[in-house]
Amino acid sequence: MSLRARVATLIGAFVLVVVGVGFVAVHFIYSSPPTINYVPYAHGGQVNVTFQTDPQNTVTSKPDWVSYFIQDPSSKQWVHTTFFQVPANTRVNVTILGYDGCTPLRNPNWGKVTGTIGNVEYVNGRPVSILDSWAECSVQHTFTMPGLGINVPIASPTTFAENSNLCSTSPCTSGPHQVVQFSFRTPATGGAYSWQCIIPCGLGFLHGNGGPMATPGYMAGQMEVQA
Amino acid sequence: MVADQQALVPVRDRHDAVWLIAIWVVLSIGGCLAVYFAMGPHMPPGAMSTSAANQQFDNTVLATTATPVVIGVLLYFGWAMAFWRPAPGDTTDAAPLHGHTGVAVTWIAVTSVLVLVLAVFGTYELIAPAGSGGGEGPQPIWKPAGTVAASDTSWTPGTKNILQVQVIGQQWVWTFRYPQFGGFETTQLMLPVGEPVQFNVTSLDVIHSFWAYQLGVKADANPLVNNVAFTTPYHTGQFTVRCAELCGIWHGAMYDSGQVLSVPAFVSWAKLTEIRLARLTKMLPPYSLTYDPTVIPTLGKVLTQLGLTGAGGGFYSPADPEQP
Repeated sequence: MSLRARVATLIGAFVLVVVGVGFVAVHFIYSSPPTINYVPYAHGGQVNVTFQTDPQNTVTSKPDWVSYFIQDPSSKQWVHTTFFQVPANTRVNVTILGYDGCTPLRNPNWGKVTGTIGNVEYVNGRPVSILDSWAECSVQHTFTMPGLGINVPIASPTTFAENSNLCSTSPCTSGPHQVVQFSFRTPATGGAYSWQCIIPCGLGFLHGNGGPMATPGYMAGQMEVQA
Repeated sequence: MVADQQALVPVRDRHDAVWLIAIWVVLSIGGCLAVYFAMGPHMPPGAMSTSAANQQFDNTVLATTATPVVIGVLLYFGWAMAFWRPAPGDTTDAAPLHGHTGVAVTWIAVTSVLVLVLAVFGTYELIAPAGSGGGEGPQPIWKPAGTVAASDTSWTPGTKNILQVQVIGQQWVWTFRYPQFGGFETTQLMLPVGEPVQFNVTSLDVIHSFWAYQLGVKADANPLVNNVAFTTPYHTGQFTVRCAELCGIWHGAMYDSGQVLSVPAFVSWAKLTEIRLARLTKMLPPYSLTYDPTVIPTLGKVLTQLGLTGAGGGFYSPADPEQP
């Protein structure tokens, strides 16, 4: 092979590697789930955010993975994502429609509500500060945001009949569920706060914390606070 | 033969050696003093606790020891570039190199002594401060001098009964249990100043690593293992806690902060928290040095009917990572 051919091959291989690395980097950086922007919908220092938890998600290539959905405030459609944006120094009123069944917490410590206004959540309108997932069928997931000290155990349907007849098509619109509500304040400055379910609820796949638990858009996400 | 070799060594080189050694000695003395006294007090991780101060001392000693070596290499390098360059147009070969038994013996002896001294120093430094803040496994070889076996049920400041704090790692948060205060569990890490502390570090899922940076404490958190580390805080103030073992997607967010309080403030906080969390503490499993998350003895009737036998599965199996 001539010197010119060897140099051309070398340069070609180098360019190929650079393009490949660039493609992989860009793919991972920009492949995060969509972010639902609640900032324009804040009024009077408050904003309402609505989630649902499903025992499956039939809208992705991982239909067996449990998942959160977030409601788009403009279209009222459910979006398969766990990323949302809220304004700084605002009271965030969260409503979670919990359609999944119960699973015992690995650590019952996470059965306590912390970081919300009044350190309570409201389950179907009833104030609750602790749920004991080891003694009763009461918890399906958690909404845990360590950066703000927030931990909310999401109440589950409680009876065997309900847990055997859960919604099977996502996003859920009917079926046994609990309505969980709580509020918290966002910090005065902007920032990104990761949140997760800490059950762990990826049972059957990666022995707890793998699969949906470790994948943004399912049971782990991020709240962006806009200053 | 030897006489021939000596004859080949130019007088100029002998003068270079004298100059090099003289300059090296002067710079090394100055450098060692500067490193030990000027840089030493600012070496990481600071002096917030016994273990941190000990690590700072170790880092200072190692840096001071390395200073003459670094100066020697850089000086020789600079000297060679400045004075031993060939003149422009000089294409003659350099003088041949020959072995020198004296130099070889001296080199081996000096480096051997240096390594052995550092080995002895390092071993002593691990023993003297009771593990130097590192995890010592379930049965620690070295404990802080003057302490006795910890009581699980009570703690009184100023006694030899060491304060126990259990550190529990879980994806992706730290929690802390205080067995001598009713066994409450909290996300807050509070410690009393001037009192020895025994950290019992474990995990509920994968391997984490508890790293309280300013305290100079670092211990792996392994599931079903109790890893013990000791320290005694010297000063009140805040310190950071990080996970130092890649443990999953939010590993980078697995950080926290702790606080060293005055003894009365700590006792007040602990007693108040014990009361405040009493209802939650009743839900927790009895205090234990490790926890098996696959065993839940009080599963409710519905959970049993549903066939749920553990807290979201067990540990990662040897077949992982796997995808469905």
